[in-house]
Amino acid sequence: MKIYKFIHDTFLIFSRTLLITLRNPLRIIIFGLFQPLCFLFLFAPMLDSLVRVPGFPPGGSLNVFTPGLLIMMAIYSSAFVGFGLIGDMRNGVVSRMRVTPVSRLALLLGRSLTDMFILLMQSVILITIATLFGLKLNISGVILSLILVVLVGLMVSSFSYTIAMLTKNEYTLAPTINLFLIPLQLNSGITLPLSLAPAWINKIALFNPLAYAVSGVRELFNGNFLNSTVIIGFAVVTAMACLSVYFASRTFKNLNA
Amino acid sequence: MNTAFAIKIENLSKLFKSQDRLAKAEPVYAVRNINMKVERGQIFGLLGPNGAGKTTTMQMLTTLLKPTSGKVSIAGYDLLKEPDKVRESIGYISQIGGLENEATAIENLVLQARLYGMSKEQALARTHDLVKHLQLEAFANRLVKTYSGGQRRLVDLALGIIHKPAVLFLDEPTLGLDPQNRAHLWQQVKVLRDNGTTILITTHYLDEADALCDRLAIVDHGTLIVEGTPEELKKNVAGDSVTIELSPEEQTAGFKILKDLPFVKDISIIKDKIRVYVECGEESLPLILRTLDGSTITIKTVSLAHPTLDDVFLNFTGRSLREN
Repeated sequence: MKIYKFIHDTFLIFSRTLLITLRNPLRIIIFGLFQPLCFLFLFAPMLDSLVRVPGFPPGGSLNVFTPGLLIMMAIYSSAFVGFGLIGDMRNGVVSRMRVTPVSRLALLLGRSLTDMFILLMQSVILITIATLFGLKLNISGVILSLILVVLVGLMVSSFSYTIAMLTKNEYTLAPTINLFLIPLQLNSGITLPLSLAPAWINKIALFNPLAYAVSGVRELFNGNFLNSTVIIGFAVVTAMACLSVYFASRTFKNLNA
Repeated sequence: MNTAFAIKIENLSKLFKSQDRLAKAEPVYAVRNINMKVERGQIFGLLGPNGAGKTTTMQMLTTLLKPTSGKVSIAGYDLLKEPDKVRESIGYISQIGGLENEATAIENLVLQARLYGMSKEQALARTHDLVKHLQLEAFANRLVKTYSGGQRRLVDLALGIIHKPAVLFLDEPTLGLDPQNRAHLWQQVKVLRDNGTTILITTHYLDEADALCDRLAIVDHGTLIVEGTPEELKKNVAGDSVTIELSPEEQTAGFKILKDLPFVKDISIIKDKIRVYVECGEESLPLILRTLDGSTITIKTVSLAHPTLDDVFLNFTGRSLREN
């Protein structure tokens, strides 16, 4: 009964936020996809000449780069969702909902679900376009990748919500998020694979959940399902996403006003 | 609810740690040892200047803020032990409202109803009841961001009462509204009270508080200073005043006669007028007129004034509320 109510409430918040977000479909498509498409058009072709460099992963330049691009999109379309929460805190929507008997976790997860849903749509569009450029598709691999991508989105968006609730201020939120994102992204093998990196960079990457996600998605795109990179990728990202959601919901519960 | 009190507050306090690291300020009590009880079916007003702790109190009572200490029961439920039961029983309209700007009033209301567990059909039916009852038809299907202040406030009210709460909390509901919208809103609040809803309200408008609240509490610096019906509170202060204008040559004579009347509490000359403070103006006025008449002193003008809540505030805090 309690779990049914929780799912019901989460879905209510999800459909409400989705409805409002989709009122501006162009904004999501253009703003969300613009940056990854730029990388696809203007950066990916430069990797063609690197394919023969020793240490470059197998599968062709697009099959190496698109997975990284998906994770990059997961990061950037989720990293600043906290702005929306700050807006809703400021105009009283959050307080109004916190006075209702709806589960605190549902109020937060409903939002995250919307973020994940939009990320999923963006990912499908991006993969379709990359296929036109010569990406070799492995359908089951792509479907499993999407799950991993969405989990990265959940991890990053919950993190963004936590920082938003702690700072309560857009001017502090953006630099704080960037403080974490820039090093994590550079060290994740998104733009250039970590197999090209010196050993000490790879050692740092052992502590970077995004690096595990990128490697996992790359293996999946090449049709390797049951290898340790994929399994570890899922395990690390799932664990980090759960942790991130836990911290976000704890912060939300103790939110002042 | 099994008691006569919709809200019972015992020793409620809220201590804020200083957010300002540079100032190294001491922790501040936003609310300190407040005790009060609100009877069911009453409009109870919290009156005080900005920063008195009214909003902090409201946020604690509506489960938004954890009290530092104290015991509160709302609609018969313990605030800290049964927050979900409390949430089901209360409605809260904050100063800023809380409407989703990118949605219509109808969409806001239906979602709110469903958050309180109504089915889609129930939510729609209740929404349409409220739209009709609060006269929102003209704009209910437009996006909220196009509304005027008065329209927003009415939708705020509709959101707050969509689940027919036993206790309704209104934080400055009429702030910034024009007189017509204020009157309309208050009319709706009175209807709710007459239908049995208990209403705790904060307001800056003293005349409103006076006319509409069944009981009032004055708060200042986080403490509750005095509590009672508006009549009781005003009786506490200097009392009614009768202001009499005589011709200049007769003023001194008149002053001497009035000064010795047994019911006069205080008397002073303000420019060309004599002000007499009495317990009950309506009873004293005929006696004053008769006395002066009997001494063949001609009265040019006379006026009677009752104390206002501002006088009450002034009396208890030494400051005027209007100055804020």
